[in-house]
Amino acid sequence: MNFDDTPQEAAFRAEAKAWISANAPKQYEEELRKSSLGRTVLKDANILEVAKAWQKKKADAGWACLHWPKEYGGRGSSPIERVIWQQEEGPFGKLSGMFIIGHGMCGPTMMAFAGEEQKRKYLPPLASGEKVWCQLFSEPAGGSDVAGLRTRAEKKGDDWIINGQKIWTSGAHYSDYGILLTRTDPTVPKHKGLTMFFLDMKSPGVEVRPIKQASGQSDFNEVYFTDVKIPDSQRLGAVNDGWNVSLTTLMNERMSIGAGVSTGFPELFDFCNSLMLEDGPAIEDRSVRSRLANYAVKASGLRYTSMRAISALSKGERPGPENSIGKLVAGSMVQEVAMYALDLQGAAGVLSGPEDAEVAGKFQAMLLRAPGTRVEGGTDEIMRNIIAERVLGLPGDIRVDKDVPFNKIPTKGRA
Amino acid sequence: MNFDFSDEQKQMRDEARKFLAEKCPPKAVREVLDGKAPYDKALWRGLAEMGFLGVAIPEEFGGAGAGHLELCVIAEEMGRANAPVPFSSTVYLAAEALLLAGSDAQKQKWLPKIASGEAIGTLALFEGKGNPSPKAIRLQATGGTLNGVKKPVPDGAIADFAVVAACTGSTGRDSDISLFLVDLKAGGVEAKSLTNVDPTRGQAELTFKNARAEPLGAAGDGWSILTQVLDRAAVLLAFEQVGGSDRALEMGRDYALDRIAFGRPIGSFQAVKHILADMYVSATLARSNCYYGAWALSTNASELPEAAAAARISATQAFQHCSKNNIQVHGGMGFTWEFDCHMYYRRANASALTLGSLSYWEDQLIDRMRKKNAA
Repeated sequence: MNFDDTPQEAAFRAEAKAWISANAPKQYEEELRKSSLGRTVLKDANILEVAKAWQKKKADAGWACLHWPKEYGGRGSSPIERVIWQQEEGPFGKLSGMFIIGHGMCGPTMMAFAGEEQKRKYLPPLASGEKVWCQLFSEPAGGSDVAGLRTRAEKKGDDWIINGQKIWTSGAHYSDYGILLTRTDPTVPKHKGLTMFFLDMKSPGVEVRPIKQASGQSDFNEVYFTDVKIPDSQRLGAVNDGWNVSLTTLMNERMSIGAGVSTGFPELFDFCNSLMLEDGPAIEDRSVRSRLANYAVKASGLRYTSMRAISALSKGERPGPENSIGKLVAGSMVQEVAMYALDLQGAAGVLSGPEDAEVAGKFQAMLLRAPGTRVEGGTDEIMRNIIAERVLGLPGDIRVDKDVPFNKIPTKGRA
Repeated sequence: MNFDFSDEQKQMRDEARKFLAEKCPPKAVREVLDGKAPYDKALWRGLAEMGFLGVAIPEEFGGAGAGHLELCVIAEEMGRANAPVPFSSTVYLAAEALLLAGSDAQKQKWLPKIASGEAIGTLALFEGKGNPSPKAIRLQATGGTLNGVKKPVPDGAIADFAVVAACTGSTGRDSDISLFLVDLKAGGVEAKSLTNVDPTRGQAELTFKNARAEPLGAAGDGWSILTQVLDRAAVLLAFEQVGGSDRALEMGRDYALDRIAFGRPIGSFQAVKHILADMYVSATLARSNCYYGAWALSTNASELPEAAAAARISATQAFQHCSKNNIQVHGGMGFTWEFDCHMYYRRANASALTLGSLSYWEDQLIDRMRKKNAA
């Protein structure tokens, strides 16, 4: 057991460090360092442009999508090298937020199911951030129950015609491409009649409507499809085998989301360290220390759990369902942390304007964004089911629609 | 970076697990629980023969000279088996104090006896309620003799020797505390067994009346040595707690698979599944914190104080959480003497207090994080 770099790792770290130091957009470093969940914005710049420029610069120098093969725009790096890069990239890594879906989920799905020519055409611009991708899975009728989706794809000659609606699509408003899960046969049980495609988001008939969230921001969208044409060559996997294709995406989703969810702890610790209460510094208050210690061990537990996963990965073991704990623990923790930070501010905790609120309203923004973290990419309840069933081997939930043709499944409760 | 135990260390864990499954089944734990013996002597001898008692003791002092990572994997298995032997008091506390502060003669005298199972040791620190603090130590040391009362002392009634924290000044400061080594069989010390929530780990009151004592470490260094001993023991005990958490989780999982209610295994109900998923989460977070503690302990890293406190808190929480929810999953059966659930519940709640309470370690963790932050 050790934390020291091997000579190769040390050489890689030195190279990464030198390159980042010479090339990162340092003028944004402080702002990025201070940003936390619910608030990654740059005051005087368009964050999308800054992020794209940084990603392109990385790609040109061979530092983008480190774990991808070189021929698809990556570097062919080991899992450990990826971690070293993330450590060295520090706050600039926050700029990659808008590429997470593309790099973490769409890319791996394309790599597993697209043709060689397509991979060489679409993956390098995805890696370099020139093209942004989104993932079109969730629907009003199918959130946690992904396979309950209703968007139809019908074959017409060499094309498929898409009609329906998606929802909760992160970044659809600035995406160039998307992977799309559709229903191609409603007469068979729900998991058996799905097919996966990828499409150009600028195709005629695609309409993106941003959703205003509880936080007031708009990270998600509704996406409507009206007679959208997709060539059969853009199908991923076999017709009606979309469920299996989507499992590849969802497994990768858990890995990439789980690893990156903020716990809010470093922010809370700094806050308690500087906050003065009536009787003195907050951090010297007995009850504050107890709460902080509880959050501290959860945050460190998650950090070392992901280090164990990386060690396993680097020995060639596959990432397992145990990675679901990252999102489960961090998701509810960040919400509790935000509530607690407001509680410490007393009556003034209600104020959220950057001029009036403590630490420029950081925790108020976190409070309003946090509920989404517990839902996106699988709710807490779905994460617990995954752990119970796939790690502990408990029986699956009873599914009354399992063997029922999709078009015979009731669509309304309390009829 | 490699954040895992080596194949050899994992092999040692498997060996220990196999050995304990055979020599320490729940039936053996019950012999001690029911008061038929103060500890499992046959198991203690077996552990010595396997080399587990001296695994982290250098070869020159009769040990196996393996190291603390190896001791961590053994500790985990001791906790998983709920072993009714004075392992934690002898190996984590007494042996660690000797290794840290003992003279060559003291090490030569006691460490080989620990490794061979001939001597049981303990640390006499507490004097009634309260957490570790120099102010709470009143037992007086004068001219090589000790006078005062210590309680609770883990395994104090069966121990052959004790490391005793005593007061050699009058201001209540760290520098007023010194450590002493006392041969408990040499006279001057009276031991009385005390009833406690976990009878498989005895607790005692030791009364010192002009007991002969030799200094362990320099005069006035007692508090600094104690702090280090407690940090090291915290990591080791945390591994026991993680072993216990895992076992409690397994018991709950197995019962949930076997027990049918409303025509289904109860483990198919989401409410039950989610209890077990949360047990897994707490045990996993604790295990990861423990691994970091193990690394810090084995390398004597400057991060050890913080890592030890985090491992201690996380493992205490996990063991309490898993053992209480194991009973919940078992329903009424879990609350019976006949089922084994209460043995883990007892151990979890006793372990939570033996090195100072959870709130004490929470306080320690924040102090240590602040110091690091300020540095």
